[in-house]
Amino acid sequence: MTATALTSLVAASTSAGSPLWYFNRATGVVCLVLLTVVVVLGILVRRSRPVGTAPRFVVAAVHRNASLLTLVFLGIHIATAVLDPYVTLNITDAVMPFTAGYRPLWVGLGAVSLDLMLAIIATSLLRERIGVRAWRLVHWTTYACWPLALAHGLGTGSDVGAWWMIAITAACVFAVGLSVAWRINAARTVPEPIAISGRSSAIRQDLLR
Amino acid sequence: MNAPAGSRRLRVDPVACDGRGLCAELLHELIELDEWGFPIISDQPVPPDLELLAQRAVSACPVLALSLVSVPADTRPGPARGGGGAPVAAPDPRLPRQAVRLRP
Amino acid sequence: MTADLVRPSTPSTRRLLAGRGGTSLAEHVRSHGPLPTHSAAVLLTAVEQAGLTGRGGAAFPTYRKLTAVAAGSRPVVLANGSEGEPASGKDRSLLTVAPHLVLDGIQLAARAVGAHRAYLYVARDEVVQRAVAEALGQRTKEHGGVKVEVVTAPDRFIAGQETAAVSKVNGGLAIPRFAQPPVYEKGVRGRPTLVQNVETLAQLALIARHGPAWFRSVGTDLEPGTMLVTVSGAVARPQVLEVALGTEIADVIELAGGASTAVGAVLVGGYHGAWLPPTALRRSLANADLRADGASVGAGVIAVLPDNRCGVIETARVAAYLAGESARQCGPCLNGLPAIAGALAELAGPRPRRGARADVERWAGLMPRRGACAHPDGTVRFVNSALRVFAAELTAHERGHCTGSSTRAVLPTPQTADRGWK
Repeated sequence: MTATALTSLVAASTSAGSPLWYFNRATGVVCLVLLTVVVVLGILVRRSRPVGTAPRFVVAAVHRNASLLTLVFLGIHIATAVLDPYVTLNITDAVMPFTAGYRPLWVGLGAVSLDLMLAIIATSLLRERIGVRAWRLVHWTTYACWPLALAHGLGTGSDVGAWWMIAITAACVFAVGLSVAWRINAARTVPEPIAISGRSSAIRQDLLR
Repeated sequence: MNAPAGSRRLRVDPVACDGRGLCAELLHELIELDEWGFPIISDQPVPPDLELLAQRAVSACPVLALSLVSVPADTRPGPARGGGGAPVAAPDPRLPRQAVRLRP
Repeated sequence: MTADLVRPSTPSTRRLLAGRGGTSLAEHVRSHGPLPTHSAAVLLTAVEQAGLTGRGGAAFPTYRKLTAVAAGSRPVVLANGSEGEPASGKDRSLLTVAPHLVLDGIQLAARAVGAHRAYLYVARDEVVQRAVAEALGQRTKEHGGVKVEVVTAPDRFIAGQETAAVSKVNGGLAIPRFAQPPVYEKGVRGRPTLVQNVETLAQLALIARHGPAWFRSVGTDLEPGTMLVTVSGAVARPQVLEVALGTEIADVIELAGGASTAVGAVLVGGYHGAWLPPTALRRSLANADLRADGASVGAGVIAVLPDNRCGVIETARVAAYLAGESARQCGPCLNGLPAIAGALAELAGPRPRRGARADVERWAGLMPRRGACAHPDGTVRFVNSALRVFAAELTAHERGHCTGSSTRAVLPTPQTADRGWK
């Protein structure tokens, strides 16, 4: 962002309906949806047919890419919150929980969620170096990370009452709830045999290009 | 592991392997799944044109059971495998896959 | 077809089992002489020239193992006397009759590889543990300065596997580990570990005293020396015997009093060994000769099945036992062995399902070299030999009758109440 663009944005946001704040809210919603996709794919990759006819390595790759995309939108979400003059938030409030000047509890939950996310992604990128056990330990915190992000959104979100926001939230909760229920049930019963999709070769070539 | 291309083999840690199957999807030229979902790995060296895919398969394994090693023919001392074992047979694709308990 | 010369030797050769035996150190020194003081280099050369191979079942050249371990730093010796093989009693006998030979062997092996710590891994057997404790109690610094720690193995088949022994000594469960790097590089406490069967170490103790030429004076060129065998089943006097390698199986059976009835089949090697038909009793106890029948000397088990028993039923029973003894760590073994056992149980009954035999063969083909240890490989070898040797019995079952008149078990399949591996 150039200096002039930045100044004009800040100027605009001092008036009603600040664009930074709208960006913040929008990216917040996108992050929730993306995070839900990440969690659901991460759970379902263990199914014999995770998503339609897509091979497991595809589901795993989309899971990975979606999490990185989440980081991008999260970056914008945090930047817009910090830059927006309407709320007093520093960049440190994004990683240090409960120290913010604005809604410390709810912003803090977001900070905890972000911290966990950074740890999860970092350990995943370094998985071959740190080994499976350490990776798995950190990865389990996903089950805390997602609800924290959701709580953060519900606590800080300006759009919480809107019908579309309720619908999106409900869909996300439903998707994660269903996936977790499937996983718990699968752990208890005989696992389904693996079905290897015939499309894997074609997809494989695409991914390597 | 900077061995020249064409001199590395795939090796699976059978204890870590949980039959997730991503390796066989990525590298069906060298890895097949038996009827229980566990990999049958070719012990031929990975040809250079499949080296990239092999590395991809190694990274993709959720439990990091697969690895690429530059071990030549096994000359190290170790327990002798039963000499009368039959060679590994390719599983019959027509057979129904049997769902079995992977863990007690 | 053997290219080596089978030397004429007295069928019963008492070397390990010489003397009055027992835990008395004085008696041991009287029978065998004091602990030799040769240097590591001399010991290694002697073992190399003697051509000693492991007596734990794999028959791996001992010299190669010793040098591999000696190349590492701060190595450790692990003497394996756990004998998880139910049909074998030789290690138990050796440890009660000649514990000092084993302990001498430990000291000499430690000297040869430069180890200062040793472990003696033994079964949960009261008699053995007492003998070992008594023998250890009498030894002073002059009988070898390396401290020997006794570790007890659980009563499981797989507990005697090399990496399982190391795992147990390290404080974990006695189940195999994926050995990368191998135990001779990284074993007990991360140190290069020499794992040797107690009989191998006892043989080493004798080689150090009498020299390689003496060791090679019995046995065959490729497989010199004596070995302990456990003769059981339908013989007049089941016992542990010491025989020269290359002795004919029929002669070994004679030494145990001869077969008590007509012989139906003989299991050679152990539960990872192979069945031999009665026509093969002239085979000699040497891998070079047994290889053609898909068999090997293994752990020295010779179990005689009387002809009034059905080999298929016996095999099915043992296969079920072996399936239950899987550590259940590796998919192929965990799934394959119970499947094979199930199909064998069908084959052991009247008019089995048509595809049962094909199932056994297919699953057996999926077992070799796919586990962390050789349990599936060995089981498959045992099962395959049964399919070969008991062809007539299998045909009889297909027609609805059985050649055996008694289904009472011959081969032991102990079921321990404690199903863990601690």
